[in-house]
Amino acid sequence: MAEQRLIVVGGGLAGLMTTIKIAELGIPVDVFSIVPVKRSHSVCAQGGINAAVNWKGEGDTPHEHFDDSIYGGDFLANQPPVKAMCEAGPSIVFLLDRMGVMFNRTAEGLLDFRRFGGTKHHRTAFAGATTGQQLLYALDEQVRRFEADGLVRKFESWEFLSAAVDAGGRCRGITALDQRSMEVQAFPAGAVMLATGGPGIVFGKSTNSTVNTGTAAGAVYQQGAHYANGEFIQVHPTAIPGEDKLRLISESVRGEGGRVWTYRDGKPWYFLEEMYPAYGNLVPRDIATRAIFKVVFEMGLGVDGQPMVYLDVTHIDPHLLDRKLGGVLEIYEKFMGDDPRKVPMKIFPGMHYSMGGLWVDYDHMTSIPGLFAAGEVDYQYHGANRLGANSLLSCLYSGQIAGPNMVQYARSQSADGAAEKGLDQEKRRQEDGFARLRKMQGKENVYVLAKELGEWMTANVTVIRDNDKLRATDNKLLELKDRWANIGLHDKGAWTNQELSFIKQLWNMLELARVITLGALRRNESRGAHYKPAFPERDDANFLKTTMASWSSDGPQLSYEDVDTSLIKPRPRKYDVEKSAA
Amino acid sequence: METRSIRLRVKRQDRPQAQSYWQEFEIPYKPQHNVLSVLMEIRSNPVTREGTPTTPVVWEASCLEEVCGSCTMVINGRVRQACTALIDKLEQPIVVEPMTKFPVVRDLMVDRSRMFEILKKARTWVPIDGTYALGAGPRVSAQTQEFGYSLARCMTCGCCLEACPQFNDHSKFMGAAVIGQVVLFNMHPTGAMNKDERLDVMMGEGGVSDCGNAQNCVQVCPKDIPLTTAIGELGRQTTIKALKDLLWR
Repeated sequence: MAEQRLIVVGGGLAGLMTTIKIAELGIPVDVFSIVPVKRSHSVCAQGGINAAVNWKGEGDTPHEHFDDSIYGGDFLANQPPVKAMCEAGPSIVFLLDRMGVMFNRTAEGLLDFRRFGGTKHHRTAFAGATTGQQLLYALDEQVRRFEADGLVRKFESWEFLSAAVDAGGRCRGITALDQRSMEVQAFPAGAVMLATGGPGIVFGKSTNSTVNTGTAAGAVYQQGAHYANGEFIQVHPTAIPGEDKLRLISESVRGEGGRVWTYRDGKPWYFLEEMYPAYGNLVPRDIATRAIFKVVFEMGLGVDGQPMVYLDVTHIDPHLLDRKLGGVLEIYEKFMGDDPRKVPMKIFPGMHYSMGGLWVDYDHMTSIPGLFAAGEVDYQYHGANRLGANSLLSCLYSGQIAGPNMVQYARSQSADGAAEKGLDQEKRRQEDGFARLRKMQGKENVYVLAKELGEWMTANVTVIRDNDKLRATDNKLLELKDRWANIGLHDKGAWTNQELSFIKQLWNMLELARVITLGALRRNESRGAHYKPAFPERDDANFLKTTMASWSSDGPQLSYEDVDTSLIKPRPRKYDVEKSAA
Repeated sequence: METRSIRLRVKRQDRPQAQSYWQEFEIPYKPQHNVLSVLMEIRSNPVTREGTPTTPVVWEASCLEEVCGSCTMVINGRVRQACTALIDKLEQPIVVEPMTKFPVVRDLMVDRSRMFEILKKARTWVPIDGTYALGAGPRVSAQTQEFGYSLARCMTCGCCLEACPQFNDHSKFMGAAVIGQVVLFNMHPTGAMNKDERLDVMMGEGGVSDCGNAQNCVQVCPKDIPLTTAIGELGRQTTIKALKDLLWR
């Protein structure tokens, strides 16, 4: 008997790496993606990918990378998987190089490495300042090769709706929506990977792409998959505010020597360098973001009285800038009209990344057997704060180990009639749901509700968290859920109805928003990106724990699981002094 | 007091075979708007300038920072990404139309799958032995990397094809985008080992010799990819290959 097909949902780096690892074993894969895979959000990653190869002779090691990552994540990540990821870094970068990624080179023709936040080493390989795009393209080409060989089928412009779960609680496939015909179909699979990215759009404006609604994670959370550490949301210190999104200005800009400053007493004040002499402009993102908030809101020192500070590269050789940072400076120039080679950039922090996500075991299986998760949608590698250039690595590493684990899982399962029944039932459930959505005739506009959601989440559940405001935000979320039922559908068409899809997505976003908000409310400490002025210290006795949210009709049920800190003993996290002195 | 506004004329089409029609929208002026943020604002209150309620406009977008290629459309007669089409730099009313060289799915959304099929046909990849640890990749000079990177930034957005007089639904010409990719993989030390199979494709139907040398592609490419240089280089490679084929036959 031919082996059962496997399904990968999501065509970013994690999804495509999973696909390649499965197809390489000769097993057919169906890839589902809401956009043509080459347009996935991975393209937005700019600065690079970490691999401790020590090619600059600084004594870097995978263990040092592991320690930086755990320390940067404020000890909330389970340590064994992070260690394995850091050890795999060099081989992953070499693999990408063999695939033809145009990484920047040294005079000798070797891979060049640059510095990033939260480390003292040149550890980050990069392709200009569009590294994520370049890596995604390399994987896209490899998947296309398998597609040409008939091992991979792509379902692009298909939207994941739900896992098809059988009576025994096992995932036996998915249901998905053809975004053109708006028809629901069920697809069987021996195992399913969700590599659907983060939930940035829950915050309205963020550095994320418009497709990063978190809808897939929200859907399976409501089906019983646990969601872990949802409250850990990274706000990137340097973004350009815009009407439609916050455009990222990569940390690599500081890695190449960019300096953050604002005016104090009429003179430039390099406040990160002064506050954090050991790491300067390359402190981790949560630290830099809070420092900018302090300077702008507490001290009133924003540029021109606005919530902005300068990010300055005007002192760096323009040719070097073009070679190493071209792509990102071009974004600034196109949107702001100023040439950052000549004029300092004006930036402000913006919501960027979710450290939390679907709970997975060390094999990347979620709490629903047969359903896997990898990439930003999982919670595994970044603890309470992700270090720059670790996201591309975690996407590729998680995909690399999850693919073969899915194959092994699928082979261990025996075929039975339960699968078909589960698929049929789930398809009917989804069709019924859409039939109800099509009849919505209320007064609310789905896009207006989404905007309100984003404004509340950004104001209250990002950099500074206050329990009263978190409680008020949860009440607001309940209100938005009520108003969701009163949405009116403008578009009654049965073809490419984006409004209809988005109504469904918004419900899932509201479910995740509650997980994020209530997780933050319950965590009465400050750790990594989660900061409560009323509880300014890390509290290991009570909160060195993973937050686990499980869905119930009464809202998220939160419980706490111990963190595996067996390899590096937790210690205070300080970036004003060297790590050895901390 | 002058009340400034933003006016947008959008060419709409409900289905692939349906007749197209125009609608005009007007929203209050705000600085920093681009064509996409205006479309987003319109869908929060989908009413035409005349006050007629309508459906939200359908378009394709993802990254909003010109690295994914999704939101390519024709704006005031020029093909480009809508995210970087800043309102302050456009003449009003701003006329927004779908690309014309690809089938319309709905409104401003077109089906560019033909571009991905062409990449498949041209085998633009490095055929690696496998993903397991096989050591470091080949050395590449910084100079080669710089040229390669300039080609590798192609987003498959289709601007070059929209502007190309030879590329349309009744010609087989594969266009400039794939030519850039073939040159890229042919120059990579490992990719070059399979140079001949890519050249065979590019010497066949719709290949590089169908280029009419209008040079529009390089003018409209949002990533300044040296497309005409690539076309010249591929012409050179195919000529040498043709001579070799003749001698060795």
